[in-house]
Amino acid sequence: MPYLWIILGMAVVTAVPRVLPAFLPSEMELPSWVRRWLAAVPYAALGALIFPGILSVDPSRPWVGLLGGLGALLPAWKGMPLGASLAAAVAVVYALQWLLH
Amino acid sequence: MIRMPAFANRGRFEALYRGMAMAFPIMLGYFPLAVAYGILSFQAGLPLRSTAAMSVLVYAGASQFMAVNMLGLGAAGTEIVLACFMINIRHIVMSMSLMQRLADLTPAGRKAAALGVTDETFALLSFSEIRSGPTKGWLLAGVLVSAYGAWVSGSVVGALLSTVIPGDLAASMAIALYAMFIGLLVPNVKRHPPALTIAAAGALLCTVLTPQVGAGWAIAFGTLGGGLVGVLHAASVPEDADQEEQA
Repeated sequence: MPYLWIILGMAVVTAVPRVLPAFLPSEMELPSWVRRWLAAVPYAALGALIFPGILSVDPSRPWVGLLGGLGALLPAWKGMPLGASLAAAVAVVYALQWLLH
Repeated sequence: MIRMPAFANRGRFEALYRGMAMAFPIMLGYFPLAVAYGILSFQAGLPLRSTAAMSVLVYAGASQFMAVNMLGLGAAGTEIVLACFMINIRHIVMSMSLMQRLADLTPAGRKAAALGVTDETFALLSFSEIRSGPTKGWLLAGVLVSAYGAWVSGSVVGALLSTVIPGDLAASMAIALYAMFIGLLVPNVKRHPPALTIAAAGALLCTVLTPQVGAGWAIAFGTLGGGLVGVLHAASVPEDADQEEQA
């Protein structure tokens, strides 16, 4: 198969960071600050994943992603389900792309 | 009390089904992105079997987009593998955090679940109520296999229909995954206001570092650094807030 070795190399370097923590013993006693740190990690990760990445939804117009994000924010703030945020954001971005073309 | 085998099976199916339903926002985001990857991969000259094999074996969106782009430009294999490693090193932090919540799974189950860690599955599982019990593994399987299935099937569809679907249309669905991240963050910020400080610290660090070290490392450092803000913060987030029983 073409590119087989590149694909296998990529498979190894993506699998190792994912699986490595699963080899740590699960009953290991972690110090309190490490547990608090790992509990805060999902929040920090969401922040880092959302911004600045959302600006590249339309790389030539960073504000398209920002407005799409705002579209997701409002239903989430009202306590609506995740699907409502998705639908609102996609609708905003599609409408903007359609208007700009 | 004797538990009927049929009843046990139904519990498993229910958990599996619930996991699949939970994964729906991820599938909605992954499928069109994977279609876009399949189209770009075809345009870069990869045959269908290589395009599909990469999604099956690598299962990492940003890395795969980068790889087919670099292959199209004639880059060397070692360069591509090294760049792929740099992008994905962040998953070690996410997986470590998630494994704290999956400590009650069997060692084999933990390793299988760890293989399914992506930005999106990690975020979803971190903020979902996952009850301990015999069906926990089935719920996880429902989430992780659905997300994986959407990615692999989207890649194949994209490669097959590359002459029919315009790539930029599929790519503009990228907002869906950011919408999911926002939808996960906002209710938690309302419940635990310190979470906003932590998320903002992660975003700020990532923004500052992205031009210096690239998005993959910047997300890793933003996650690590933002998490440390959570440790220093006087009123930190609860360790298992999302595991509270909800009747």
